[in-house]
Amino acid sequence: MKQCDIFTMKSPFRDDYRIPGFYFGNGDKTVAIVGAMRGNEVQQLFICSQLVKNLIALEGEGKINPNVGILVIPTVNPYSLNIHKRFWAMDNTDINRMFPGYDQGETTQRIAAALFETVKGYEYGIQLSSYYLNGNFVPHVRVMDTGYQDIESAESFGLPFVYEYEPRPYDTTLLNYNWQIFETKAFSVYGGSTDVINKDLAKQTWTGILRFLHAKGIIDKPMHGGMVPFRLKNDKLSTVVSRQSGILYPRCDIAQNVKKGDLLAEVLSPYMGETLDSIYSPVTGTVFFAHHTPLIHQHSRIFQIVEYIE
Amino acid sequence: MIQTVISENLPVDERLIIKKNSIGTKGGKRVCIVTGIHGDELEGQYVCYELMRRLKKDIHQLKGLVELYPALNPLGVDSVSRAIPTFDLDMNRIFPGNPDGHMIEYVAHRIIEDLAGADLVIDIHSSNIYLYEIPQARVSKTFADKLMPIVQMLNLDFIWVHDAATVLESTIAHSLNSIGTPTVVVEMGIGMKITKEYGDKLVDGIINVLDKFGMWGGDLPVRIHKPIVSTIGDVCFINANYSGVIINTIPNLTRVSKGDVLCQIVSSLTGDVLENVEAPVDGLLFTMRSYPIVYEGSLLARIFYENNPV
Repeated sequence: MKQCDIFTMKSPFRDDYRIPGFYFGNGDKTVAIVGAMRGNEVQQLFICSQLVKNLIALEGEGKINPNVGILVIPTVNPYSLNIHKRFWAMDNTDINRMFPGYDQGETTQRIAAALFETVKGYEYGIQLSSYYLNGNFVPHVRVMDTGYQDIESAESFGLPFVYEYEPRPYDTTLLNYNWQIFETKAFSVYGGSTDVINKDLAKQTWTGILRFLHAKGIIDKPMHGGMVPFRLKNDKLSTVVSRQSGILYPRCDIAQNVKKGDLLAEVLSPYMGETLDSIYSPVTGTVFFAHHTPLIHQHSRIFQIVEYIE
Repeated sequence: MIQTVISENLPVDERLIIKKNSIGTKGGKRVCIVTGIHGDELEGQYVCYELMRRLKKDIHQLKGLVELYPALNPLGVDSVSRAIPTFDLDMNRIFPGNPDGHMIEYVAHRIIEDLAGADLVIDIHSSNIYLYEIPQARVSKTFADKLMPIVQMLNLDFIWVHDAATVLESTIAHSLNSIGTPTVVVEMGIGMKITKEYGDKLVDGIINVLDKFGMWGGDLPVRIHKPIVSTIGDVCFINANYSGVIINTIPNLTRVSKGDVLCQIVSSLTGDVLENVEAPVDGLLFTMRSYPIVYEGSLLARIFYENNPV
């Protein structure tokens, strides 16, 4: 393993800003794995740290293919992680909305440019991603439908779902969109939670990434084949939106199979505690996403359910 | 007449309310002024106040309908938050919204519904808390043919016709222009402040537009400024090469000459000047950094220069 900083920058008053990279193998650019890009992506940082730990052990056992090159970047944004701020410490811009970056541009454009220059050209790109709403997902792989997507490879993670979706206009500045445009087979891996560490979901996720690396001949680590993923598009996702605001009292969690009409949650009065609304599943399926904010707005997306999964 | 455009329940005994004030009569032309999408941009507050004051004073001279929406992000304006509080999302990246989506997408959809069909929408921004801007319009090349005659009436100093960027397709202006509702974006001043001089100037411009639209029979501004249009030149971006503290040396946004020192980047720890930031071209300084702390890459200034000045 070789550790080196892929980007450094002076701050006016803080310690230097550094993006560390951990390199394994002696070959060409095979797979790049990028962890926390935002300051609240603690689960993503944790998953990457466990990957580095596993890869160091595998390297010691001679089980990393010498003809490959692996790069793991546990975080792009230690500055924001250290002050518990989601976006860039100074101006609140989102590094993951700055790709492919611009090395003569603004600070986060320069960071994105430096990162992209480093991870560009890899055969595979894996980003540990997060969602703007607080909540948990069933660990899964997302792939943008850009015409360059590789769904078969996405299935080799052995995670329960592979979610293929059309990029929206604002997605064109994401790392994964630009990776695909520059012919890297890119995957967004959702590791369950974001700002808290969920060990079980994290382990399921890093095991899935190791499974992928084994399937591609990058490491030699035979393991259980994982799950046969369900291929998912938007038309298979049923979104449950709250009709009332108040205290959200969940009655189910992710990965739970529910039948149409099952009670998913109640919304309680914040003052008198009575049930204002009971939320029932509109379909039979598996809970894919569950909102975890205890105070819920009206018209909030509180569950996403994959239909027809028993 | 004050109307409620949006009323959504918040968790604890409050509603998210977006109001508009309509003055005049239906049946003729309709001009809408929207502002407060970013909660830290307040220049539009004065414009709404002053425009309503002038229109009410001579209400009998108004033909048609003028509608003012002072705070499209009321939670942000009232809590000094640029983004939508609790989501940390830029509201101007979620349009045209979604009637079945999360609350913020639903709200965006309803706003578009309410504004659709207007003869003109003016979306007033005031940069951010870092950069000071002269009164200017930002016009995408995609819609320039339709919008240029209107923005030239607005008494602005500068019109920046910029390339179409995919990411900007999720703005309110793009969404409205795409459905045939002409929408102009005005940028002026700086976040968290009101520059009365700029506000008065824009209100004069709006009165001028109402006159040209045949909606106003009252007093007219003494003089309407003819703006510089960026199509006769180019825009030069000046970014910081060092992290440090900036000391501005140009007091006002004005014409500058190549070699003029715009600001200095200094170290308050060592007492050294790290960089004398000079204008690389002759031209109009239309953006200048105001917030003193900078990182490498922070935008310091923008200068418009003519390609073949007379």
